[in-house]
Formats: sequence, C-alpha cells, structure tokens
Amino acid sequence: VASFKLTVNGRDYDVDVPEGTSLLEVLRNDIGDKSPKFGCGLGQCGACIVLVAGHPTPACDTPVEYVRDEVRTLAGLGRPDAMHPLQSAFLELQAGQCGYCIAGIIMSAAALLRDIPRPTRDEVSAALEGNLCRCGTHGRFVDAVLAASGSAT
Amino acid sequence: MTPELPASVVTNPWISTWLTFGDDGTIGLRVGKVELGQGILTALTQVAAHELDVAPEAVRASAANTVTSPDEGLTAGSLSITVSGAAVRRVCAETRELFRRAAARKAGLNIADVRLVSGVFAGTDGTRIGSYADLSGIVDLHVRVGESSLDVELAPPISKDLARIDLPDKVLGRPRFIHDLEFDGMLHARVVRPPGPGAHLEDDPPARVAAMPGVEQIVRDGDFLAVLARREGQATQAAEALAADASWSAGIELPDPGDIEGWLRTAEAETDHVRNDGAQHNDTSAVVAATYSRPYLAHASIAPSCAVAHFDDGRLEVWSHSQGVFTLGRAIAEALDLQPEAVVVQHVEGAGAYGHNAADDAAMDAALIATRVPGRHVRVLWSRADEMSWGPFGPAMVADVTASADEHGTITDWSYELWSNGHTARPGYAPRHVLLADAHRAGVPMHPPAVDPPADRGYGSQRNAEPYYDIARVDVTVHRLLTMPIRVSSLRSLGGNLNTFATESAIDELAMAVGRDPLEMRLAHLSDARAREVLSTAAAAAGWGAPLPDGHGRGVGFCRYKNRSSYCAVVADVEATDRVRVARLTIAVDVGRAVNVDGVRNQIEGGAIQATSWSMFEQVRFDRQSITSTDWESYPIARFSQVPEVDVHLLHRPDEPPLGAGEATQGPVPAAIGNALADALGVRVRALPFTHDNIVAAIDAQT
Repeated sequence: VASFKLTVNGRDYDVDVPEGTSLLEVLRNDIGDKSPKFGCGLGQCGACIVLVAGHPTPACDTPVEYVRDEVRTLAGLGRPDAMHPLQSAFLELQAGQCGYCIAGIIMSAAALLRDIPRPTRDEVSAALEGNLCRCGTHGRFVDAVLAASGSAT
Repeated sequence: MTPELPASVVTNPWISTWLTFGDDGTIGLRVGKVELGQGILTALTQVAAHELDVAPEAVRASAANTVTSPDEGLTAGSLSITVSGAAVRRVCAETRELFRRAAARKAGLNIADVRLVSGVFAGTDGTRIGSYADLSGIVDLHVRVGESSLDVELAPPISKDLARIDLPDKVLGRPRFIHDLEFDGMLHARVVRPPGPGAHLEDDPPARVAAMPGVEQIVRDGDFLAVLARREGQATQAAEALAADASWSAGIELPDPGDIEGWLRTAEAETDHVRNDGAQHNDTSAVVAATYSRPYLAHASIAPSCAVAHFDDGRLEVWSHSQGVFTLGRAIAEALDLQPEAVVVQHVEGAGAYGHNAADDAAMDAALIATRVPGRHVRVLWSRADEMSWGPFGPAMVADVTASADEHGTITDWSYELWSNGHTARPGYAPRHVLLADAHRAGVPMHPPAVDPPADRGYGSQRNAEPYYDIARVDVTVHRLLTMPIRVSSLRSLGGNLNTFATESAIDELAMAVGRDPLEMRLAHLSDARAREVLSTAAAAAGWGAPLPDGHGRGVGFCRYKNRSSYCAVVADVEATDRVRVARLTIAVDVGRAVNVDGVRNQIEGGAIQATSWSMFEQVRFDRQSITSTDWESYPIARFSQVPEVDVHLLHRPDEPPLGAGEATQGPVPAAIGNALADALGVRVRALPFTHDNIVAAIDAQT
C-alpha cells in the first residue's frame, strides 16, 4: 500500500491504496465519485473516460500512480443549478437510453468542444469513436454535442 | 362502465399494492415492470399522472421489489405498455373515483358534483374540498380493483413527450446504476469460470491465492469457483491468480464453427408443423429456393452484469438488474434450498438489457457467495470476457425458403423450414440448472435445452416465421433443437430477426424473378391497410424509385411484429464502394397509440441502429472448446462512424391500442439492408452478418 496525491474536480485527495490500483477504482471506491463507469477494463469501450490534464483518458487501465495532473469527471463538470452546456443539451434532446455510456461520451465531447468549439458532425463522430453505445443512441448524442457547441467553454 | 380487468390487475388486485399517497403530495407508484433503458418507468408515470390528473412530478415510480411490488412477470416482448400501462390506467382511474367519493362525502355532495382539477377535488362552484394528500386519511386503498361499485371511466388517452425521469441522474453523474451500490463492509467477489462449457474443476485450488492481499475467502462449490476480497482490484487480481492455478478437465465439444448450418440441420430436434396448407412448387412461372442464416449474437451490454446480495438469519436479499426479478427470486430460492419468502429481490437499473442476458446469473452468483459470508454484503461484477462468453446468446438460426409465383407475379405457394434452438431459457424454464452458478455447482455439462414462449407471448423460434402476406398456400415447419452446447436464450425479437430477414429477402428475390418492383410486390400481397400505410410512408419519405448513383443501393423490409403487434417498414440506403456502409434508414412505424411519443422514437432509433450493428458486424466466435469472442475487438459492434442516419416516421393512431415499440425494427432492418446490398452489388448475401467475408463468399458462390 502506498500513498498518492490526487486532484479531482478541484479537490485534493490523499489516497492510500495498493500500487497498480486503477484510477477508476480510486475514483469510484475510494473517493466515492461513481460517475465514471466500468465497462471492459481494457480501455476499449470508453465508459470510464475522464479528463486527465484535459485529455480523455480511460480510467480503467490507468494505474493511479501514473496520474500527476488534475482529473475531471462527469460529476465535476456541472451542477444541477449550473450545468455544463453538454449536460443541458443531453437533457434537452433526451439523448440517452440506458445512459451507462453517457459519462464517457460527455467527457470525450467536453474535450472536443474545448479544442474545437464548433465541430462538424464528422468531427463529433470522430471524437466519439472510442466510446461504445449499445442502445443505439448515437444520433441523439451527436445532435446533443452539436447543440452544445459554440456555448461550451 | 367497468371494462374487463387487465391481466396484471387480476393477479395483483389490491390498489394498495400499486399506489401510496404521501402527506407531502407525492404519489408512490409501484409496478412490476423494470427500467431497462427503454424508458418504461417514465411512460408509466405519465399514464398514472394523466389518469389521476396530477403533475407527473408528483408521481414517484419505484423500481420493482419482489415483496412490495405487483408481480407482473417479465419485462419482455414489447408488452410493458400494453400490459402494465393498461393496469396502471385502470388502478389509477378507480383510485381517482375512490377519492372523489370520499371528497363528496366530506363535502356532503353527490359524487357527480365533485370536480377534479390538477389533483384538487372541488365542488361545482369551485369550492375546494381537498387534494389527494388531504383526503388520503379517509380513503381506504386496501380494496380490490373493480369491487368499489363505482362508475370507473378511463380518461381519454393522450400522447405526449414526458422527459425521461432517470436521465438527469445519468447526465449529472449521480449514482443510479446497480454498479454504483455501496454498503458498509461490502466485499467484492469475482467468479472464476471454467476454460469452456462442461469442464470440471479437478482439485481444490492451491493455497497461495488465499494469502494474497485483501483476500477474505475462496468459495468452491462443485465447478463453481469464486474469490472474495476487500478491495475490488484485489478481487480481480486474486481471480486472475486463481484462474492461472486452477486445473480443469476437458469440457464438452462445441459444434464446428465452420459448419453451424450443418450442425443445426442434423442435431437432435423436435419438429412442429406450424402450418400445412400443402404448398406446391411446380407448374409455376417463378420459383425461388434459398437458405438464410444468422450466427449466434451476444447481448454485449456496455456494462458487465452485476449484483449485490446479503444473507443473514436465513433471509437473503438480492439486488439485481434482471428483467424478471420475481422468477429470479423463486429460482434462487429453489437452487439454494430456501423458502421462496426468504428471498427478496430488488431491481436496480443496469446498463441496457435487450433480452435475457447474464443479469440473473450474476444475481445467483452473489446469492450463492453471500450464503458463505452471512452478515456481509457481497458485490459480484462479471468481467468483460465472461459477459461476452458465459451469458446466454441469441441462437444461431437457419431457414430454407421456397416461394413460387404465377404468370401474373402473384405469390401462390410458400414453404418455410427453420432450424433453431429455443429462444427462452429464463429462470423457471426448467426445474434445475438454469442459472449458471447452479449448473456449475452441480457439474452439469450443459444447461437444459431452451424452450419457446407460447402462442400468447408471440412464440419464439417461429415468431414471424409465417409470412404476413396474403398467400394461398403456406407451409411452415420448425425444428427446435433438443441439445444446447452453446447456451442461448431470449434476445430482442427472438426468432423475428432471422425469420423476417429470410421472408423479406425471399420476397425480394421473387419480385426480381417475376420482374416486379419490390415495394409494389409487397403492397400487392398485403390486404391490411395499416401494413400498406407503413410501407408507402417509408417509401415516399425515402424517395423510392429515384435513380441512385453507381455503387449505391436501396432496399425495403417490412414486418408486423409477432404478426399481431406493431407495424414497421424500413427503407435502407447503402453504399458499396471500397467499403460497405449503411448510409440511411428511413422508417415508418405504427405502434398503435403512442403514450410517450419521444420514447417511441428513441426506441425505434435505437433498435434500428442496434439491428444495423447485428447485421453488419456481429457474430459470436468460438472453437471446439470455448467462446473466443471475449472483448470489443473480437466482438465488434457499430461505432459512431458506422451508424446510419435514422429517419423515423411515426404514424398517428390515437384510437388504436398501444402495441409496443422495442423490437419492431429488429427484423425489417436486416431485411432492408440485405435487399439494398443486393441492389447495389447485384449479389444476394443470405448469411448474416454482411461482413466482407460473407459478401465475398456470396460473390464466389454466384460466379
């Protein structure tokens, strides 16, 4: 067991966990932020994507000791009374079925909109290529990201 | 007017089972159907609010619980709105009248003189009598629906878009899923499965794993092997070590993956002559005889299955994302030799469920392990590999179609012969060894063969095997396999997927043989006006008949789901240039009255994209020992760049009963894509999925 310092959504944490523990496990079970999801543990599906230093990163296969920069998760992206434009757009367009993939999709999209504030439809698709959705909500997700574009910071 | 009681009300007659009224104005709604990502709790909330004339925000629908909720069986078959919607409507209408009577008595008025506006009862002059909350103290809800002697009139149905009640949690990242449950002192369990079906665990595993950090216990029961640890990562590591150390016997031999069709045709089976008009295929002007098939399909939910269980003082509590918590609870009790009343199952939302996936198995795993550590909560999470290989699949199927037309291009004779495993192996389908852990404990090499749902649930293998078209002589024969080396059960639309693909492909082939336009050919053989309307609507919206560029193709597919449920027509536009891509699906659908219009659209869009993914990419891979497609690379599904644009046209049928929406597209989509591919390539691909390999094989077979 070793001690690690971690900054998540602007808060500093000291966590004592076994070396090799995934960032996802630390976020979900040690810090108690259930917003990133476990999907495959292989970095293949995107359900666990969080932003590390602003970059979309699969938390499931990222050991916590490699994380030096600030982590941002869906739970830290916005609040009910101050939602991120992506969150408002997802609700406005009812972009979701089971919703399990949403956390990873919104985080991937948040990174995209920061880099390209007004992306094309193809650019949105390309940015979400690493996120899987099984319910077939792809069209609504892309629509929602486009609806949020321009107003996201 | 007191119409016949809905089935769910007959089995759950007490109003108090369904509704509770809080002092704070909230109304608790308990239903037996569960949220699978399809939005059912939102739609039922809307039905209840409308019937009670209150704001939807006042109604709090709770997830099903085997003790407190009405037992409405499975959440399956696109029946939830039809079945539960009717029950909620009836229960709420009667409850509203009970409150009205109480209001009348309180105010000394006749019942007919009490108005209800937005949840408040008042006299005709507007004098307020009280809200539901105000009156709840004087209304006895422990009464049976239909026995109040009140005149119960159902409110005229409405269609609207109520926003999904579960979506804010999911978009804001708040805990909501079963995976997010947390209890003090909860232990994490991982199950170590055999290397393949039927393999037996030879020795107790060596002791080194028990000494690994965090490991609390190793559980072995027959061929069931699991490890419990304090931290999740520790449980995963210990399970990996256990898997590396464990020694297993050889398992059963799986069918030859290179010749599943041959295996399906020759395996032991029972044969049902579903329809036998004596179809003949001579003296006709055109005959099409062809074979169509689909592979095993995985549910491949984005989250692996999960469950939590707690066993204490002979009482077992289980949290599960099962589609059938009531049957699951009984099956667990049976397997663990507990009284049915000793087992409580609470539904908690999981990731999308499209049929009978591994949710029930995970619950059994957790239950079994929890009995070894009384007083502790045990959380089981399946690995991605186990989710892709040990849960039930949708069965592989093969169908022979022979269809004949006369000199006018009229279809006269139709013969259909199908080979498939049964399409349901849900808890309760057989007396024992239904749940995976129960089979492994007992060391049985194979689960009992899957069965098919009865006629009143729309059949299984033979769902949509009979063409919905007007054809003089039709023969349908179904062979249901009596052996199940590869475990299968219900997957969205059951046999409807392959049967519709086969039927709609053969119709196209026959149209081509007699020189008729495929759309016109269908319309000429459909006397049902609603069927004709979805076809003509989709065709008009897609621009049917307009010329297409080289390398593009357009095809149509139609299905009336279960031959008695929703109508769906799909026009697919494909591009077959350097690669094959489905560009666009234009869909017209008639689901009867739509309760939640946007909810129906969402289901149709999602079903169409999932069916596209099945059709283009999906196939469970295996060798003679085990399933080999165990992750997202070996079992690819459609990614964002690969999904078509989907254009949904919902026909307005306010006066027709609701028919369900969740499975309407699963048959017509592969049919339309296959027909569009044939249009683009000039080659008929009859084996799903439409992968490069299967397309090349079809080209080779033609030349």
